[in-house]
Amino acid sequence: MAAGPMKMRASVAGGNTEVRVLMTHPMTTAQMKEGLHHIRNVVVKQNGKVVIEGEVSQAVSRNPVFSFRLKGGAKGDKIEVSWVDNKGESNKIETAVA
Amino acid sequence: MKPLAALAAWNEQAFGAKTAADALQGIGAAGAAPSKDIVIEAPQIAENGAVVPIEVSSNIPGTTAIAVLIEKNPFPLASRFEFKEGALPFVKLNVKMGETSDVRVVATAGGKSYVATREIKVTIGGCGG
Repeated sequence: MAAGPMKMRASVAGGNTEVRVLMTHPMTTAQMKEGLHHIRNVVVKQNGKVVIEGEVSQAVSRNPVFSFRLKGGAKGDKIEVSWVDNKGESNKIETAVA
Repeated sequence: MKPLAALAAWNEQAFGAKTAADALQGIGAAGAAPSKDIVIEAPQIAENGAVVPIEVSSNIPGTTAIAVLIEKNPFPLASRFEFKEGALPFVKLNVKMGETSDVRVVATAGGKSYVATREIKVTIGGCGG
């Protein structure tokens, strides 16, 4: 399985912005026959500003789903999430807060 | 795709560590103090070790990073997120667990490290295949 599309939804709840993002990625471990292939870096931007930077290992499940919370926020804010894997592949998605 | 990998940080020392102690050292959290202000939401028993949902947050003021370590995985460090101005110290993710293990969650605040631990029992391991 190759890396593929992403899905994201972002909404204001309880005064904060809730972001839920799905990444299509095999996330295979070194022990698997496919060999090590995993997302390493995840970056979340709010209106162009980096708010979260993450590093993740092969221990994250296949087709990763992450939830994040941003302070405040309003309908129409632009949220961007991007990833880079250990083979240099990358992808990103941008959505407006609903 | 774009060669962004060269720009992205990757803590090989911590993520390549084979023990939780070495991984903690790799993220500068060797002397983490136990804290009840780190919240771990996770199942007590995970039937499928390939997908174990873990939700972590920190109520320690000034928390700037949260790391998740799975003590008995071959490489214990699973994730480390840094929270900048504008983000709440919270993340939910799904992880693989090879067997029943303690899960350690380390929060960084004001240059100090804090840790909370939770055991998750795993019925079918999820690292090989």
